[in-house]
Order: sequence, then C-alpha cells, then structure tokens
Amino acid sequence: MTEPFQITIDGHPVPVTPGQTIGAALHAAGRRSWRTTRFGGRPRGLFCGIGVCFDCLITVNGRPPERACLLPARPGDEVTT
Amino acid sequence: MLLGDWDLVVIGGGPAGVAGALTAALHGLRVAVVDAGARLGGQYFRHRAAPPHSSTPGFGRFLGQVRALRERAEVLTEHQVWSVTRQVDGRLTVHCAARDGGRERPVALGCRRLLIATGAHDRVLPFPGWDLPGVLTAGGAQALLKGHGVVAGSRVVVAGTGPFLLPVAVGLAEAGARVAGVYEAGGGLGLARHPLRALGKAGEAAGYGVALARHGVPYRTRRAVIAAHGEHELEAVTVARLDRDWRVLGTRRVTCDTLATGYGFIPQIELGVQLGCDTRHDADGSPILAVDHGQRTSVPGVWAAGEPTGVGGWRLAELEGRLAGLSIAAAAAAVAATAPAVAAAAAVPTAANAPVPVPVPVPSVLLRRRRSARAFAAALLEAYPVRSGWQGWLRDDTLVCRCEEVPLARVREAQELGATDARSIKLLARAGMGWCQGRICGYPVACLAGEPPAPPRRPVAQPISLAALAAFDEDGTRTEPHTTEDPA
Ligand SMILES: Cc1cc2nc3c(=O)[nH]c(=O)nc-3n(C[C@H](O)[C@H](O)[C@H](O)COP(=O)(O)OP(=O)(O)OC[C@H]3O[C@@H](n4cnc5c(N)ncnc54)[C@H](O)[C@@H]3O)c2cc1C
Ligand code: FES
Repeated sequence: MTEPFQITIDGHPVPVTPGQTIGAALHAAGRRSWRTTRFGGRPRGLFCGIGVCFDCLITVNGRPPERACLLPARPGDEVTT
Repeated sequence: MLLGDWDLVVIGGGPAGVAGALTAALHGLRVAVVDAGARLGGQYFRHRAAPPHSSTPGFGRFLGQVRALRERAEVLTEHQVWSVTRQVDGRLTVHCAARDGGRERPVALGCRRLLIATGAHDRVLPFPGWDLPGVLTAGGAQALLKGHGVVAGSRVVVAGTGPFLLPVAVGLAEAGARVAGVYEAGGGLGLARHPLRALGKAGEAAGYGVALARHGVPYRTRRAVIAAHGEHELEAVTVARLDRDWRVLGTRRVTCDTLATGYGFIPQIELGVQLGCDTRHDADGSPILAVDHGQRTSVPGVWAAGEPTGVGGWRLAELEGRLAGLSIAAAAAAVAATAPAVAAAAAVPTAANAPVPVPVPVPSVLLRRRRSARAFAAALLEAYPVRSGWQGWLRDDTLVCRCEEVPLARVREAQELGATDARSIKLLARAGMGWCQGRICGYPVACLAGEPPAPPRRPVAQPISLAALAAFDEDGTRTEPHTTEDPA
C-alpha cells in the first residue's frame, strides 16, 4: 500500500499518504478539530500527538471513540463528528 | 490470548528498548518487543512509513539495529500495554491491547524478565486558551513532522523551556513553516550563551543558531506564551516578557495559526509503579524509576532504561538500553550456571544453533559513558527549571484539567474546602479524573498544591475497551491488574 488514498469526514474526502494516522491526515488537510467537549462544548483536535492526552478522540466507521493520533488511516475509513 | 514464555519482554521500541532487546537477543535470549506505535523508533527515531526515511542523526544505525532485531526477536507493534502483573514465583504477565484491523484484541505475554523502556511525554503548563485547536505540544508538532511529513501549521510560534525547542523550531522552519519566534521562558542570555555551549555542545547550539538565523527566526529568552486567542481555532498568542521567576513584565500579541509548546518532559513510569518499583525524584523533581548500575529496578526481574530512569535524550537512552541488555543477559547466564534445569527454560534459544548464554561482563567504558551522559542530562535539567510565576498566567476560568474541564476556580475552591494536597484536589475538583488520568494536568496540579509531583498510580495504564476486557475473561485470564496468574 504505497499509493495515496482517501478517507472521509462527514462525507468530505480527505487525502492520506500511506502510513499516516487519521489525526495527521485531518490536521494536514486543515481540519483541526473533530469533536466538542462534554461540558463547555469546546472544539478539540490534536494536542500531544502521541496518545497521551486523549483530546483527539474520534469516531471511525461507527466504532467507539479512539485516539486519532494513534489510529492508522485505512482506505475508505469514514469519520463522523 | 496468552503468548509464550519469553526470557525477556521489552516494553517500548525507542532507542532504549531496541538497544536492550537486541543486546539480550544477541546473547541468546528469547525476546519480544511491544510498542503501541505502528513502527519502531520511539520519539526520536520516529519516521515515515515507506520508504523509511529520516535525516535524523543516528537513524541509519538504528534501522540496522531494527533489522538485526527482527531476525532474532518477536516485534509486536500496535500493542499497547495496559498492565503488568507479577506472581509470587516472579513470573510476569504483560497485558496488551493489540490493534487488529479496526478492532482491539487482548494479548498477554508471559515472561521471566521485563525491560521498561516506555520513554516520556511532553510536560505542558496551562494558560488561558491552551485548549484551542492549533495549540500543540512541541513533541506533538515534532511527531507530526517526523512520523507523517505534516508541517503543523503555516505560521508557528514555538514556546516553553528547554533545549528541545530548538530542533522543533528548526525542523518546522526547514519544512516550510514561517516560525514567528522561539520564546524560551528561562535563560536570559540568548543563543550566544546557551547552556548547551557551557556544557561542551557548542557545535550543536551553533548549528541551531545558524539554522534559525538562516530562516529569520527570532530566538528570545525570558519570554513565554501566556494566552492563546481564537474563536474556534488559534489565531494569535500573547507573548510576555518575564522576570526571573516568570512573572509578567509586559506583553504583546503575535499572530499565528499554530503554537508548539513544551516545558520539558515527564517520564512514563506507571508500569513500574504498578509493579511496586522504587522511585526517586530526578534533578527537575520528576518521579523516575530508581535503578542500579545494571539498570535493575528494586523489583526482581524488572529492568528500566531510557527516559523512565531520567530524561537524558536518545544517546543516553540507547546506552542505558545496551547496559540493561547486558545486565539481563548476565542474570540469565547466572541462572543457567547455578541451575541447569531452570536455565534450559530461562534461555531457550531462538533456533537450535543459537548460542547458550555465557557470563556477560558490563564493560566499564559503557559505565563511564553513562556517568558523563547522566551528568550532562542533570546539568541541562538544572539549567531549565520551571519557575512558579506561570501560576499567575492563569485566570479563574482557565482550564487546568482539559479532560474534565476543571477551571482554576474549582481547584482554588477545593483548596478552600480543605484539600491541601494534589490527591485531595483531584478527589474534590475532579482534576486528573478524566481520560488522560492526570498525565497532562498532574504536574500543574501538584505545583498549584505546592508539592513535588508524586509517582503516578494508574492500576490500568491505558483505557481499554470493555470488549477487550470481556475477551480477557473469555480466555480465562483475569482482568484485575494486581492478581497473579499462570503464564504457562
Ligand atoms: C513527542 C516527543 C517527541 C520527541 N522528539 C524528539 C526529537 O525530535 N529529538 C530529540 O532529541 N528528542 C526528542 N524527544 C525526546 C525523547 O524522549 C528522547 O530523545 C528519546 O526518544 C528517548 O528514548 P527512549 O527509548 O527512552 O523513549 P522513546 O523514544 O520515547 O520510546 C518509548 C516507546 O515506548 C512506547 N510505549 C510507551 N508506553 C507504552 C505502553 N504502555 N505500551 C506500549 N508501548 C509503549 C512508545 O510508543 C515509544 O515508542 C521527544 C519526546 C517526545 C515526548
Ligand atoms: S493528540 Fe493526545 S492522545 Fe491524540
């Protein structure tokens, strides 16, 4: 798998270079937040970038929230916010 | 699923873990290495997927080590360790959540010896607006660049304290970002008298200085970002001039879309703490695992190397990994010499013709190199202390805990109710009770409570899905972190 591919966020395509995490691909595409906090409704995206802070939790293919900065992107992955 | 009965399991595939695993494997031990990431490398040797590429010094040699390791040991990436348990007979079980396609799958590894090489994460300080998207840790910005080829932003400010700010700023500038400034809260002397020079690393400091100058990046000391501004994303930061205790003397606004911030590193030691390893405080007050000259912790069968035994950079991490590998091989050989029956099990070779362990002396030249590298690391930590004035950057509504969204006012309220220590503040205000388990806010909360940060107590080192826990039960392994179980 060395060809660039796409994932989607709420139906919008996002390009991915093989080996990138979903968080890296979204950030590179200028998409800097993909969830809001429970109480203050504040937008959140990447912060620590290495799986420590849990700010980047994301819903992919309807699964329970995972850390976008650790989750390798796979062709056709569907992110919902 | 319970996998094998390893002579050694290494947690962490950075410079320390890989060096330790390879050294032990070369002495005939059956070794498994687990890492949460998709590729070995850890933080410093983080690299892009295919073809593996990096201009990082030492990278070629590291790839060579990884190739040699893969021929001799089991390498398990995308395996996140959430707990290690130890039985009365000393056998250890390493519990992982493995990623399998889209799912989490439980994997448990049985072993006789463990090397904890879990590295560190950025230490950050809170300030108004620090949770705006576009504010990243310095290491996070570096990880995006090294691991993914992603430049964190187009107009970037780098701020915090410590020598790590320099490679982060240079990396971003060379990758095409416009770096509006590097703001070092400490010092006061500028790059010309940078502590790296005083410590005999004039070449390194000069190299960064030249690179920053080439890209027109200003480097200012006694400056910090004390607020971030923006509606939904970062649009600007307030940069303050500081006195020597980091109290604000004056401010100005700097436009940027990205901030990379870090105030040193926090060693990741919770797996060692779970096992009951003794800890001590490093030169900067960080709790670290106490080890002897052979990188052995206080718990028999458990070694530690790299940042968990003190932040000191990749060269020291690799050196400690090698020393741990030698010390582990020596321990295995000692078992082999005294009890042949046990030895046969302790050192099952990877192949029929693999070498049988022989006594392994630890070369004194390595010990000397470690001594001087540690002295250098301690001097750097002392050159970049975190001063208490940062507490004055916070407002009542500034979030201290990002996960549970606990503002400073709630921390103060808890203190007024009688919560005098960090633990009671956590219980009353819920700071540190969220997803990250206090990894991010633990340090600032300890500072607000006026105490040194305590060793992290996290019975489950990583949140693990209920499905994965349930699968453990089905496999007949127990889920409580502190029970004993038969790894056979
Ligand atoms: C985000 C970040 C970026 C950095 N970038 C640089 C840099 O560019 N240049 C530089 O000189 N220094 C950098 N550093 C400093 C770095 O800590 C050291 O230089 C060096 O990488 C330390 O080596 P190590 O082997 O001790 O740990 P690391 O290299 O950190 O390796 C530790 C490994 O353990 C794994 N791990 C941790 N916990 C678990 C667990 N529970 N289960 C499974 N695996 C686990 C991690 O995934 C990681 O791969 C960075 C630090 C951080 C936090
Ligand atoms: S950005 Fe911190 S966990 Fe993903």
